[in-house]
Amino acid sequence: MSTLTREGRATGDRRPRPQHEDQRRDRRRDDQVPDEGATPPGQGPDAGPLAEMGSPQRGRAVKDAVARVVMWGAFGVVMIPLVWILYTVVSRGVHLLLSSTWWTNNQRNINSGDVGGGARHAIEGTLMMAGITAVIAVPIGILTAVYLVEYGRGGLARAISFTVDILSGIPSIVAALFIYAVWVTTFGIERSGFAAALALVLLMIPVVVRSTESMLTLVPNELREAAYALGVPKWVTVVKVVLRTAFSGIVTGVLLGLARIMGETAPLLILAPYTKNFQRDLFSGNFPTLPMMINQDRGDIGLAAAAERMWGASLTLILLVLLLNLVGRIIARAGSVKT
Amino acid sequence: MSVSRTTVLGALALSGALLLSACASENNSPAPAAGGSGSSGSTGSTDCFSGNLKAEGSSAQKNAIDEAISVFQTKCADATIDYNPSGSGSGIKQFIAKQVDFAGSDSALKTVAVDGLVEADDAAKACGSPAWNLPMVTGPIAVAYNVAGVDKLVLDAEVTAKIFDGKVTTWNDPAIAKLNAGVKLPSTPIKVYFRSDDSGTTENFTKYLKAAAPDAWSYETGKKWTGKGEGKEKSAGVATAVKGQDGGITYVELSYAKQNTLKMAEIDTGSGPVELNAESVGKTVATAKPVGSGNDLALKIDYATKEAGAYPIILVTYEVVCSKYSDAAQGSKVRAFLTTFASDAVQGQLEELGYAPLPTEVATKVQTAVKAIS
Amino acid sequence: MSSVTGVPTVNDGEGPDGQRVPQADRASTGRLGDRLFGGAATASGVIVIAMVTLIATFLIIQAVPALMNNQENFLTSRVWSPGGEEPGFGILEFLWTTVAAATIAMLIAVPFGVAVALFLTQYAPAWMRGPAAALVDLLAAVPSIVYGLWGLITFAPFFKPFQGWLESTFGWFPLLAQTGITGGTILFIGIVLSIMVVPIVTALSREIFGQTPLAHKEGALALGATHWEMIRTTVLPFGRPGVISAAMLALGRALGETLAVTFLVSSLPNGAAWTWSLFNGGETFASKIANNAAEFSSPTRTGAYIAAGLVLFVLTFAVNSIARIVIERRKAFSE
Repeated sequence: MSTLTREGRATGDRRPRPQHEDQRRDRRRDDQVPDEGATPPGQGPDAGPLAEMGSPQRGRAVKDAVARVVMWGAFGVVMIPLVWILYTVVSRGVHLLLSSTWWTNNQRNINSGDVGGGARHAIEGTLMMAGITAVIAVPIGILTAVYLVEYGRGGLARAISFTVDILSGIPSIVAALFIYAVWVTTFGIERSGFAAALALVLLMIPVVVRSTESMLTLVPNELREAAYALGVPKWVTVVKVVLRTAFSGIVTGVLLGLARIMGETAPLLILAPYTKNFQRDLFSGNFPTLPMMINQDRGDIGLAAAAERMWGASLTLILLVLLLNLVGRIIARAGSVKT
Repeated sequence: MSVSRTTVLGALALSGALLLSACASENNSPAPAAGGSGSSGSTGSTDCFSGNLKAEGSSAQKNAIDEAISVFQTKCADATIDYNPSGSGSGIKQFIAKQVDFAGSDSALKTVAVDGLVEADDAAKACGSPAWNLPMVTGPIAVAYNVAGVDKLVLDAEVTAKIFDGKVTTWNDPAIAKLNAGVKLPSTPIKVYFRSDDSGTTENFTKYLKAAAPDAWSYETGKKWTGKGEGKEKSAGVATAVKGQDGGITYVELSYAKQNTLKMAEIDTGSGPVELNAESVGKTVATAKPVGSGNDLALKIDYATKEAGAYPIILVTYEVVCSKYSDAAQGSKVRAFLTTFASDAVQGQLEELGYAPLPTEVATKVQTAVKAIS
Repeated sequence: MSSVTGVPTVNDGEGPDGQRVPQADRASTGRLGDRLFGGAATASGVIVIAMVTLIATFLIIQAVPALMNNQENFLTSRVWSPGGEEPGFGILEFLWTTVAAATIAMLIAVPFGVAVALFLTQYAPAWMRGPAAALVDLLAAVPSIVYGLWGLITFAPFFKPFQGWLESTFGWFPLLAQTGITGGTILFIGIVLSIMVVPIVTALSREIFGQTPLAHKEGALALGATHWEMIRTTVLPFGRPGVISAAMLALGRALGETLAVTFLVSSLPNGAAWTWSLFNGGETFASKIANNAAEFSSPTRTGAYIAAGLVLFVLTFAVNSIARIVIERRKAFSE
């Protein structure tokens, strides 16, 4: 799993390596580095030759020990709040998730002080919104990345790369204001799930472009060259060879991007007001989503029922994101081409 | 390759399964109506509609309108009404932008220009007919505090104004002590919390301070807080902050003070301390005068009331509607729902949610006005 | 998640081996499929440019008239009253709060994030690596609103006494001076933000550290380096660009975080005295806009907030650009 994860998330900053294959093998072996195996000099009898390294050997050993303690300590310190957060959400939210109606009902006629009802409307809404966002953002993102890697040179490519950078810097609230100005102020169309999805598209495109781009550049040139040598047209090469090879990485990137936008709240606040009812129409009416459900119940946090619902919805959202990640990994593993 | 494909399909099917089982989803069965079922009496003849109605605005009336929505939706299974409690200003803005069918607001549409725009005119333009303010709910604003060991606190307008203006800074200040003879006040510093978002509650509270203590409160009234203190987002934010801070004080709608089990100050209007309860609020509401013309029913509250036993800090929240909707079907939906909301049966249930019923005279006028919406 | 760095792998289609991807223009036979596919790819790129141009135009068109009417200095004033006859607004306070909170978040998150990444790749026993890494990945994907809720409800009560102790002990130091703000101080926001971004820094750094060539590490150990010296001389230098881009991504997140900050922060009343104290309240750009989005009633008012949004936008973009330049330069050195 860890190999796949790394591959899926490979940052672009890896130093160029001669061969794709080698990298994998390296990484795999990498895990087996004996951590404790290397005797720190200064402790062993054969520390002598190292004297010319300058520092007193005792000091070096102490430094090493200190570093070890610091790393363990840092891990411990960081895990405290993170585990605390998970514990808070799970302990306060889990029993709602186990109730019979949570996965089947909506919140219709459940006032903020009442218990009961479910989160199905919001779960469906969140998934629908993520779906429509992906349908728009993924093709544009992948094609843009294809352009940058396979076609683009010169001014236009540089301009696109630059604008993708800008796009990745847009705060979600600004993206939402932009869509509001276009959608509502200029065209006078009503707010809806779709309008919010458009704002999310703006946030998702740069994620998809960058992840796809880094995956495409990992595809060995030999594959392209072989295809061209066989007289395969360029577009077929890109679709059947390059994209096929990079498939798993692209899917992982897309799903991580989706996980990111599913938790966004600011665009929903401005573009897709919450409803307690089922809503399967993306184009009109209020739209239920989990972040908005959390936000709504946050307003009545003094009421036990509302607070409980808020944690339940939080846990549900985390589980959805987790599920997406898992699906992404399964797809990545299944779809990766063994070259 | 084929193996990997099947796995992919399997994974997709897994995620799809959740969506597909959507068919099994259901609405909640009619809620056990809180506080006596309102199925009899004047709401009996509800005009049901199918489809949805959207409203947005004041968070002060959220609990009241939620109750009315539940009552209405329980009777009309095909109707869906959404109320988005994003704030009065937002409600009016979305109403003018034709995003919602009616707005909830803690203050009537302004007839004077603010930033070069006149709300009432813009709303009329959006409607194609005059927009009406219909007072629907009145809610008291509590001066909620958290001081260890002080369970009963009396304040008057002037001291309240000084506290919220940062002039009185400790709980054992002589000004407070004078009103609370016999109460042992600690020297804890006073922490004032205000609403950092624009809010109708802020507007009504500052209107009270300005009217009842003009010398001590020199600021303009408005939705934006102009006094001192520490800002928190929304009613839940200020209430939570006070709950967690010894020495904290804020102004917040009664329902939030109750939710968070905050202690509420009694207000001395000059004729003795008045506790916040339905009766004392009702006395102030009864003195409210309609100032609009015809069916436009803006209410004017006498914040400086000196009537014995009348709790003076209240807000009236309105529904802002078009008098004549360009789409007649939309008009009849609004009419149907507001008829339920204004009905005696629903209004009667609001008291236990922390609201005060409208005075009979006003309620009758509102019911007449609602019938005139087309 | 790594892909959000805004730092592209390559320049102008450079392949993994530092060679250009073969462009195969000759291979293109001018067939319809080629033209369509190439056209679609180009069109997508152009759409992205068009979108960004539109957004920039929209922001500027809305912001400029408000800025022209502004009675205050936009960059140096602390007044914020965008409505009325004489609108006056300046962003100094938001700029300070935003930058201060994000800086605190970075000062905590980067060292801890890197240390945990080193721990997970170099120190942790093998049985621990997988589960711990999965946990960190999960936390990197937890929506920020959840961190905010935890901060508000669970963490704040624990932080308050600590803050009180800091204030009373180090109050003489201007950054830690007592201000009377009880919760939602800049320091508190910074700490919650740091907890929010630590998993991001860790997840990305871990990947890059894990890719340190074995030969480098073995080389260092063979020369007699201690474990720590091996890390210092091979893993850290190798991972530095990745750490920088992870930190920049995290910084972008911290600068732009909206809702969690909105309900955590304590805002200041008009005319509050200026202080450098981190125990002061304030609003960040994003929280100010979100908290007031309901009141965008007139063009001037809206324009003022949009102008503030524009500054946030420029700030985030500047951060991304700097990261990119730094990484490009390091790349140039290492090649």
